Amino acid sequence: MTYSAPGQSGSPVSYKSRYENFIGGEWVAPKRGQYFENPTPVTGQTFCEVARSTAEDIELALDAAHKAKAGWAATSVTERANLLNKIADRMEGALEALAVAETWENGKPVRETLAADLPLAIDHFRYFAGAIRAQEGTQGEIDGDTVSYQFHEPLGVVGQIIPWNFPILMAAWKLAPALAAGNCVVLKPAEQTPASILQVVERIADLLPPGVLNVVNGFGVEAGKPLAQNPRISKVAFTGETTTGRLIMQYASENLIPVTLELGGKSPNIFFEDVMAADDDFRQKALEGFAMFALNQGEVCTCPSRALLQKSIERDFLDLAVARTEKIVQGNPLDPKTMIGAQASNDQLEKILSYIDIGKQEGAEVLTGGERADLGGDLAGGYYVKPTVFRGTNSMRIFQEEIFGPVVSVTSFSDFADAMKIANDTLYGLGAGVWSRNGNIAYRAGREIQAGRVWTNCYHLYPAHAAFGGYKQSGIGRENHQMMLRHYQQTKNLLVSYSEKPMGFF
Amino acid sequence: MDTPLRVTATDAAHQLIDKLRAAHGPLMFHQSGGCCDGSAPMCYPKGEFRVGDQDVLLGEIDRCPVYIGRAQFELWKHTQLILDAVPGRGAGFSLDAPTGMRFLTRGRVFSAEEMAALG
Repeated sequence: MTYSAPGQSGSPVSYKSRYENFIGGEWVAPKRGQYFENPTPVTGQTFCEVARSTAEDIELALDAAHKAKAGWAATSVTERANLLNKIADRMEGALEALAVAETWENGKPVRETLAADLPLAIDHFRYFAGAIRAQEGTQGEIDGDTVSYQFHEPLGVVGQIIPWNFPILMAAWKLAPALAAGNCVVLKPAEQTPASILQVVERIADLLPPGVLNVVNGFGVEAGKPLAQNPRISKVAFTGETTTGRLIMQYASENLIPVTLELGGKSPNIFFEDVMAADDDFRQKALEGFAMFALNQGEVCTCPSRALLQKSIERDFLDLAVARTEKIVQGNPLDPKTMIGAQASNDQLEKILSYIDIGKQEGAEVLTGGERADLGGDLAGGYYVKPTVFRGTNSMRIFQEEIFGPVVSVTSFSDFADAMKIANDTLYGLGAGVWSRNGNIAYRAGREIQAGRVWTNCYHLYPAHAAFGGYKQSGIGRENHQMMLRHYQQTKNLLVSYSEKPMGFF
Repeated sequence: MDTPLRVTATDAAHQLIDKLRAAHGPLMFHQSGGCCDGSAPMCYPKGEFRVGDQDVLLGEIDRCPVYIGRAQFELWKHTQLILDAVPGRGAGFSLDAPTGMRFLTRGRVFSAEEMAALG
């Protein structure tokens, strides 16, 4: 049954008509009193307005965070872990409401938000609740009377800038480790998806001490920049694209603070000939793996947007893969049967169409899709693109640039070495997929591909406790794993002498 | 033939540049790659984004320099970058974001003659 739109009768959730910032545990109007419209990509219609904040609001949030900093850092890991678990429980209790809210704001199918985005976000808080409890410092015995202790201490106040493709999950990826480690946060959501994260904040606001979590909405240039540039943050975490990533590093260099960056990719999905050796479940799994380029409308940094097929199976595999792609159900994102929904914004739609155009100009062959989808009725104003399969060569721009849409570019390889050469011929190195029934081939491929995450005989799984991050131009740092705690901590060393005797130097 | 331009702009882009320049002064562009809002031209006050040896100047539009990363240029150089503007919400720290219009990169594949002229 299709969910009703938020606010309509029968819907599990409703949006307020206007959202302020969440600062110091309270809802605070932006200083300049300005708001911007927030449209749903499902229909293109505005459904709420959100604070259009500026530097003054960022300063207010930083005041609140700094006020809370000492108290929060002094809490025990048990207290913080319990609190993260409570956040997870609250979210779980509102899972359906939050899933519908996120679908309405982002355009992704509700079956994804119900089955992936929200369960993963909830689990992320629980994971870091466990990880912080289990984390230990280290100690070294320098000599019989001298001991070196390493303690983990929080950085203090950190800035986080969140993307629009998984508005709640990406916030969870950043918030959970930062809060677990004892930091206070000023979070700036994407201007395309500013409100669904506030649905989460409304439900957890009373759990956190005032000022520990602050959410300030607005445009990047007006609110994100004064946050990233601010001398009162001790770290900035960003997920987005390369030019802004460089700019954030530039600002961070002015303040000598660390950054973590997740900057996207052009992930190869490699199918060795043995996937076709039998007509069985594994072949079906591999075909599903191919079609994963359409997951989340292709708006995933790790979208398997380059499919590399071994020449000997190219034709047969591609016939099946195109047929599988054409079975993807496109429709109303609020219908649980829908597999692919709307692109997140009009400009995203325009960009995808411009890449489809350049692909055609470069001589790539369109095997299916290749155009906007008009779903008619209420959805006629929404931003829908047909899942598109191109066939071409790896030097084409559609093989080298992240389109961030449901578009896969297919090429073939002759042997293992050729596959690795093509796979690594990219500026990026975030994700990759390897499909083979031969464990030795799969293992060697996985180790040779220059990417931070190589899915082997699977794709698009994001369990907590599997490190996620980029090689090459895809970024710095590893999220989704306890090692992310270290990106939100600094090491305090106590070098202690237990000897009563003078050193004898002076 | 004359050396073809590596970057050109549509009327909509010229209009958006005029509007932003009136508000922010001299401007620059850097073509982004990668995730989410990437593969998009980012517009900044001139000098805001520090370019270096790893950037290539593609040309100027209305006296605004347009740069691209060197590694990305190698993959783009057989195409002309056409700066356009469409309704939408800009991204990153680009100045277009609050205007309701955003810059968009379109492309055109250079002919063999144009490639020869570009050297």
